[in-house]
Amino acid sequence: MSSRRISIDPITRLEGHGNIEIFLDESGAVQECYFQVPELRGFEKFLEGMPVEEVPRVVTRICGVCPGAHHMAAGKAVDAVYSVTPPPAARKLRELFYCAHFVHSHIAHFYALAAADFVVGPDAEPARRNVLGVVQEVGKEVGLDVLRHRGLAQKIQATLAGRATHPVWTLPGGVSKGITEAERAEVQGMAESCVAFAGRSLELFDRAVLGNKVYLDLILSETYELSTYHVGTVDRQNRLNFYDGEHRVVGPEGQEVLRYQDAEYLEHIAEHTEPYSYLKFPYLRRVGWRGLTDGPDSGLYQASPLSRLNVADGMATPLAQAAYERYVDTLGGKPVRKLLATHWARLIEMLYAAERALELSRDPEITSPEIRVLPTATPREGVGVVEAPRGILTHHYRTDEQGLVTMANLIVGTTNNHGPICIAIRNAARRLIQPGREPDQGLLNMVEMAFRLFDPCFSCATHSLPGSMPLTVTLRGPDGARLSTLSRRGR
Amino acid sequence: MSRPRIASYWASACGGCDVALLDVHERLLELAERVEIVFWPIALDAKYADVEALPDGAIDLTLLNGAIQTSHHEAMAHLLRRKSKTLVACGSCAHIGGIPGLANLFNREQIFQAVYRDAPSVDSDDVVPLTRTETPVGALELPELHSTVRTLSQVVEVDYSLPGCPPPAERVWEALQAALDGALPPRGAVLGATDQTQCEDCPREKRELRVSSFRRIATEQPEPERCLLEQGFLCLGPATRGGCGALCQRSGVGCRGCFGPPPGVLDQGAKALGAVASVLECDDEARAAELVGEIPDPVRSFARFSIPSSLLRRRSLP
Repeated sequence: MSSRRISIDPITRLEGHGNIEIFLDESGAVQECYFQVPELRGFEKFLEGMPVEEVPRVVTRICGVCPGAHHMAAGKAVDAVYSVTPPPAARKLRELFYCAHFVHSHIAHFYALAAADFVVGPDAEPARRNVLGVVQEVGKEVGLDVLRHRGLAQKIQATLAGRATHPVWTLPGGVSKGITEAERAEVQGMAESCVAFAGRSLELFDRAVLGNKVYLDLILSETYELSTYHVGTVDRQNRLNFYDGEHRVVGPEGQEVLRYQDAEYLEHIAEHTEPYSYLKFPYLRRVGWRGLTDGPDSGLYQASPLSRLNVADGMATPLAQAAYERYVDTLGGKPVRKLLATHWARLIEMLYAAERALELSRDPEITSPEIRVLPTATPREGVGVVEAPRGILTHHYRTDEQGLVTMANLIVGTTNNHGPICIAIRNAARRLIQPGREPDQGLLNMVEMAFRLFDPCFSCATHSLPGSMPLTVTLRGPDGARLSTLSRRGR
Repeated sequence: MSRPRIASYWASACGGCDVALLDVHERLLELAERVEIVFWPIALDAKYADVEALPDGAIDLTLLNGAIQTSHHEAMAHLLRRKSKTLVACGSCAHIGGIPGLANLFNREQIFQAVYRDAPSVDSDDVVPLTRTETPVGALELPELHSTVRTLSQVVEVDYSLPGCPPPAERVWEALQAALDGALPPRGAVLGATDQTQCEDCPREKRELRVSSFRRIATEQPEPERCLLEQGFLCLGPATRGGCGALCQRSGVGCRGCFGPPPGVLDQGAKALGAVASVLECDDEARAAELVGEIPDPVRSFARFSIPSSLLRRRSLP
């Protein structure tokens, strides 16, 4: 058969690219669709034999965009390995650091990655569909405001932990340094500014996205809809928390189906492997693996900002609570199944993170010198779970009696969403690729939007490539022969 | 006059070096006005093809971060070398191997065993990834993993190194300014770093005390003002180039060597071992070896960031 080939980027196949393989039937309709992750680094193996107290400062290098998440999850796991509870000041400092980390990460995702699709436009020229295009669109003043506040969020982390990227701060039973009253006051000022900025970001979303019928219709369209379980972390009042709490699972209809503590994750989460991808597929053990399908009989779950807002009964801070109520009303109640609403949920989380950081920065206890409890128990085993910006993050370590790692298991934010990402891509491909319709660059971006809304970080998931991954879409005919390839680097 | 062209690219990396570039904050817009950023995958949509289409030497400055782990990384390193007047190995991974270099201690089978079989959350189907999988609709392929991790200078000629994991944003900014002002030192220099060890930047007090045993920070708390190594806590400061301002030591923990060896040192791990041995309270070598042997996980303690640039480069495995 004659091979028809459309190349946006003429490099057809590169190691390190994500691949979407779309198989067409005789009529030209989508028969099957596979998403492949072609890399793996293997931190689980690197960590064996390492003193467990070194782990939190090594796993940060899984991802330079969310090192704080891996640092916190590993830090909590190592506390558990030594059966030690950090004193209140250390716990509060960690949560404050972590809220600032969320502000940095969510700003980076929304403005640098997602906003281009909504502010510049989903079918705009690729050359303008980037963060500089966003700055052109919204103006340099807004651009500076964005860069400044991502900077403040980084500075809060650096003030607390000594460094924002690749912190070395959590130790078994606490943290390695505290803060002075002058530092606390400075952090408070920065957090106040971040609260106001997060409010402005939601106003921008209102104007640019919700106020534009085309974009609003896109969010509400069935092309981007999924009905799965959701996992997230809540406090005692079932309100969202990023650092600590119980992990709550709600069903496709929004009902609570189970709750678990960090150490119980293996009773509830299992991972399926497929030979065609280096990335595993987590699912709910109780419901079971039913393949790449959604609905109540499939154990697949989402763990994302959308999930967290579906799982929580509300937000623990006033401005975020008001934003949350408006979000739920606009989207017709819970659970929210419109995947593109994930971007909105991310901004509401940014507001919550900033408000919570401000609350904690006002607590006089955080300048206490009591920041560490020295462990005395024999090290054994521990699980640490936090909400990472991209979804729930689980670190699990076993050690020998000397505290040297004998087993490391990591289930990271993006990996949780692997199955749902595959289904979202397949659904989008099926709706967008029709017999007789020529696939083009606009189609590629519309398919890619199904992928990007999860803010997939394959640096985390495979411990390999940073940021969103480059993507190749290959269309194959009924005999498996390649019809065309659309590919493009990640952003 | 056209603006200088710059590029930034990642190989096997975590993205932290690109975040360091973002961490110049508002000055990023100033930079975007002063230069033409022709290639920066984390933020811009220029394509590989655009780079290939440029004449050789058309990019004035390329910062390449990440270790070289795949044939694709290697091809990109050659391409960017050809297209760039000045190529900088940015960050620990490109400079000395970095954390991805820990892969050189293991092979693919060991990693597969840990990730797909031994991990306690994996269900019992015993499926591992294959380079070719037949499905009802056709075959799917995966690239094979893992070649030995190399530094950038083991693959192409490098003009400068900018060390650190990640390099501090201020050092990145200064290097960019120097490049744009034509004020770079002679080729081969290490940018954004001092010619001394970490100890020169470290505010902790040294008293030339000697230690009779090593301590672990897991269960002990160092005094805040005193040299960590003299208190018996592992610190690679004496075997590591300065330039970060002793960030980790100021944060209360020992240096792990991400800035690479000081000038004149070939093997950072060997230098670290010697530095640690020199503070021991003992006169005979056998006792010194015994004390050093108490340090758990010596390879990843002394050469955490530098295995690919060490004399051995990797562990020999079947």
